[in-house]
Amino acid sequence: MTATDTHRAIDAVWRIESARIIAGLARMVRDVGIAEELAQDALVAALQQWPESGIPDNPGAWLMAAAKHRAIDMFRRNKRLERKHEELGRELQAKQEMAVTDFDAALDDDIGDDLLRLVFVSCHPVLSTESRVALTLRLLGGLTTEEIARAFLVPEPTIAQRIVRAKRTLAQEHVPFEVPRGGELAARLSSVLEVIYLVFNEGYSATSGGDWMRPALCEDALRLGRILAELASHEPEVHGLVALMEIQASRSRARVSSSGEPILLLDQNRAHWDQLLIRRGFAALDRAEKLGGMGGPYALQAAIAACHARALSPEATDWARIVALYEALAQLAPSPIVELNRAVAVAMAFGPAAGLEVVDGLIAEPSLRNYHLLPSVRGDLLKKLGRFDEARGEFERAAALTRNARERELLIDRARTCAGN
Amino acid sequence: MRFMMIVKSAEKWGFPPKELMDAIGKLSEEAVKAGTMLGNGGLLPSAKGTSVRISGGKLIVKDGPFTEAKEVVGGYAQFELTSKEVAVESAKRFMELHRQHWPGWEGETEVRQMYEPGDFPH
Repeated sequence: MTATDTHRAIDAVWRIESARIIAGLARMVRDVGIAEELAQDALVAALQQWPESGIPDNPGAWLMAAAKHRAIDMFRRNKRLERKHEELGRELQAKQEMAVTDFDAALDDDIGDDLLRLVFVSCHPVLSTESRVALTLRLLGGLTTEEIARAFLVPEPTIAQRIVRAKRTLAQEHVPFEVPRGGELAARLSSVLEVIYLVFNEGYSATSGGDWMRPALCEDALRLGRILAELASHEPEVHGLVALMEIQASRSRARVSSSGEPILLLDQNRAHWDQLLIRRGFAALDRAEKLGGMGGPYALQAAIAACHARALSPEATDWARIVALYEALAQLAPSPIVELNRAVAVAMAFGPAAGLEVVDGLIAEPSLRNYHLLPSVRGDLLKKLGRFDEARGEFERAAALTRNARERELLIDRARTCAGN
Repeated sequence: MRFMMIVKSAEKWGFPPKELMDAIGKLSEEAVKAGTMLGNGGLLPSAKGTSVRISGGKLIVKDGPFTEAKEVVGGYAQFELTSKEVAVESAKRFMELHRQHWPGWEGETEVRQMYEPGDFPH
């Protein structure tokens, strides 16, 4: 094995193991920032030693053991952490005879709990949303700062800063390394779900840049969601979110043309929908339902996505059910965006005039003033009603509002087809 | 990135020992918990299969076993992973279990990346 091969293998081991190692260490040192540094130190040690010694049989256990030794060294050096040192000393005494296999067992023991704690800490409301995203992708997604920066089209130092600040804030605010309980749990869980869905959406319909989608971000979000679904398997909304993401992701291949242009849902070739992801989505929705969670916002959105996934053609879509689901969603969390989506469903179920009526109720909505999908939907309905001039104006307005280059081209194109009529 | 892992070996080895199946079960469970495994499956012996082949412009349907094949596909798994290197590392761990729990067995796991949006040449 060449040095390059070894480095590649180490990189792979790191990606597989880093979240569990950081989570395990964070429980010991009660500080996520220090835990990550210790894990990084262990990685550096591996990079130095493995090219010569070869990759150990159980590389994860090796890294964990190396990181723990560094934690012990750190405690010994650092007088300020004397109290924690004593705690650790007791823990170590109890486990003095620990062989490498026991480290492995320690990795398995409660590691799920540790990971769950790490999720909640990374998505703690004390952090800004963008810091939560960066920290979660870094600590749980195993992404490098550079990868996160590339995914969000932000300079690398910005992301690095966010992560450093986030870790500092967590330490300053003495955020405990624990899973919230009781009344706090629901709010904290919804913060976690929000972060994951935000990552997914940034990948699914990139708000900026030249590409319509950034699939790697969708995959990262899905992976985080699936991990969470195993860690917090009794929480229906977690399965609701996973179902929503699986079903939306199932359309990835169909929603972009070979030349990179977006293809809208009803124009997509359904044969390109990924049936494996659809099945997984249905299974997740099933889990949410069995837990009595069909009323949650993610489960409702997943149920809407499932209506599309079940339909073999746009005409076969159960639009009346989609309208009902949007109504339930609007009652739960009233929002102009949900209303706009309901308008589309109403138009499909009861005709474009009925849909337009709902859309027109939204024109004065301040939060939609710069939202390109409002004129885009309105243009679509006007076009269906044969009001081509008005439709063209709406598509042009939508094109001027979108920040996504690919979407802009599509909208300009639609404006052009109206002019021909 | 989506990967397909295809496990191949000679059919003479028969069914894997229970210890191996248990170890694979544990590894699969870990992969599900890590959110990386999308699905997997094992195949019945080729004696129960049929080959439909085009050769010399003709369609040839032939029932198993596939005696001409040195190795046949015994199972597969689909993974969503962050890199090819991670895929290879996962395959190594899977094969390591075979080495531990099925002495003498020989075979391979093919690590193949699947097409994604944008990969299609047309």
